Amino acid sequence: MPDTSGTHATPTTRKRFNSGSVATHAVLSFGALVMVFPFLWQLLTALKTLAETSQVPPTFLPKDWNWDSFEEVFTALPFREMLTNSLLNTVGRTVGQLVFCSLAAYAFARMQFRGRNVLFALFLSVLMVPSSLLVLPQYDIIQSLGLLNSAPALFLPGMFSAFGTFMLRQFFLTLPRELEEAARIDGAGSFRIFWSIMLPLIRPALAALAVITAMWSWNDLLWPLIVNTDPEKMPISAGLTSLEGQYETNYPVMMAGSLIASLPMLVVYLFLQRHFVQSVALSGSKN
Amino acid sequence: MSIFPATAAAKAAARSRTSASGARPGPRNQRSAYWFIAPLGLGFAVFYFWPLLQTLYFSFTEFGAFGGHTFIGTDNYIRVIKDVTVWQALGNTLIYCVIGLLALPVAIVVASLLNRRGLRGVSVYRALYFIPFVTLPVAVGLVWNWLYNGDFGLINEILSWFGVDRNYWVSDPSTAVYAIGTVMVWSTTGYYLVIFMAGVKGIPQDYYEAAELDGAGPLRRFLTITLPLLSPTIFFASVICMINSLQTFDLIYIMMAEKNPAIGDTQSIVGLFYKWAFIENAQGAAAALAFLLMLVIAALTYLQFRIQKRWVHYA
Repeated sequence: MPDTSGTHATPTTRKRFNSGSVATHAVLSFGALVMVFPFLWQLLTALKTLAETSQVPPTFLPKDWNWDSFEEVFTALPFREMLTNSLLNTVGRTVGQLVFCSLAAYAFARMQFRGRNVLFALFLSVLMVPSSLLVLPQYDIIQSLGLLNSAPALFLPGMFSAFGTFMLRQFFLTLPRELEEAARIDGAGSFRIFWSIMLPLIRPALAALAVITAMWSWNDLLWPLIVNTDPEKMPISAGLTSLEGQYETNYPVMMAGSLIASLPMLVVYLFLQRHFVQSVALSGSKN
Repeated sequence: MSIFPATAAAKAAARSRTSASGARPGPRNQRSAYWFIAPLGLGFAVFYFWPLLQTLYFSFTEFGAFGGHTFIGTDNYIRVIKDVTVWQALGNTLIYCVIGLLALPVAIVVASLLNRRGLRGVSVYRALYFIPFVTLPVAVGLVWNWLYNGDFGLINEILSWFGVDRNYWVSDPSTAVYAIGTVMVWSTTGYYLVIFMAGVKGIPQDYYEAAELDGAGPLRRFLTITLPLLSPTIFFASVICMINSLQTFDLIYIMMAEKNPAIGDTQSIVGLFYKWAFIENAQGAAAALAFLLMLVIAALTYLQFRIQKRWVHYA
């Protein structure tokens, strides 16, 4: 991240000094504050005692910095297991999509076969279907496989993605044909060409797909609520909602739990921002 | 075409390639292609295509107490259409849709401001605005519930400085839907900002410079250059926004406790679907409701595409 110069305009070497840039920074900074302040408030609340959060008027900074709530979350919920489940879900879906989508995308982009366009259109039609149309039978399938309340239940349907296939296909289409032809003359088979020549060339696209899939998986709520009802098997997205019932008014504990739960994705985001931005600029809907 | 930093290979490809269809249309039918597609195809068949047919079947059946489905014809659809709560949920969902669209003008204005020549810290602003979109929805819902809290919430405190009366924002039926809608706008603005920043970047700077020479002020330039040239992006974003808002579920589920008196006034279609399907075990009616939702999405998307001819300006 490049460093920023707060809210004051920096004199530049341009001919005309921009009097408007102070105003621009003022507006943008106010907006940024609105975007970030709730998270600051979350942290400040987590550090207060329960008694202090029920004061009127509210205190801004905690009277004494109290970290107990961060420990209490781990006893109030099977918090460690929940974080592990979220991680398994995220890794399962992301790895699955990278493997399955890149294979199919490569065939759709670089190979000739009968029924290619029909199949591709059929695969794309998955994008049009709202997830609520699928979850009832999907639940039945998971149940009949005996996988309810397990990690595979969380990531199985999400390993297959039309969006990922479409996106990777766009990138495979941009690669030069000469590479393939040269490799074929050298006697490499289709899979060998795909694996050692083509795949490395679309690394940026794979990274973009990976981060956006990771984010959707970590944040997914509806599906986990349906298949994994046992708290030990819930991901954190579903698990935190049960805090509401038990700890209805214990805001410090709820805020501490929320912070810990959103931290992993936030760290991934801050480090891999570029890929997020790329995938969003390319992407469409969240499903 | 792509906004990725093009690799040298891709750049060379762009120069040497004339067709955009990838592989050369040759006579050879590469049978190994089917092996590449098989894993994904199998997954789609099991988890998407088959469930879709199943849901269609469920919507004409009743789920018995001992399992098993009994065919009951169109009864579920009639039940859905006659149910008052469905119409209420549909109304709420459309309100979310309209409120959700407010994120677009905010994002457009911010994107235009960030497009100023020589502005510092653009990527930092973008990063900060995007954070709410990345954050776990559950965490977002919980912190906003706390901010909205009627007794100790910060929002009431701040409003009281301006003489506004205290209110229980999330449990007052007249304000709850707007309180939730506000959070939706807050959490999605950054996402649309990224989309619009890409769009604004595509507008040639010369247009602005020429307009400036002609004496057009910033507002005039925004209205006559930015908006028309951005309209295809605005159209794309509004379709995405609509499709997503129509399927809204997470925030409402998190922010509305079961005992909340405003629950009927905030329930979305997907929220109602979840309740019917997995809490009340009315699977047939839930399946019918899901098809109704798909119909609404299809109808509104079609409408969007029809209206776009009047306002979208393709250069």
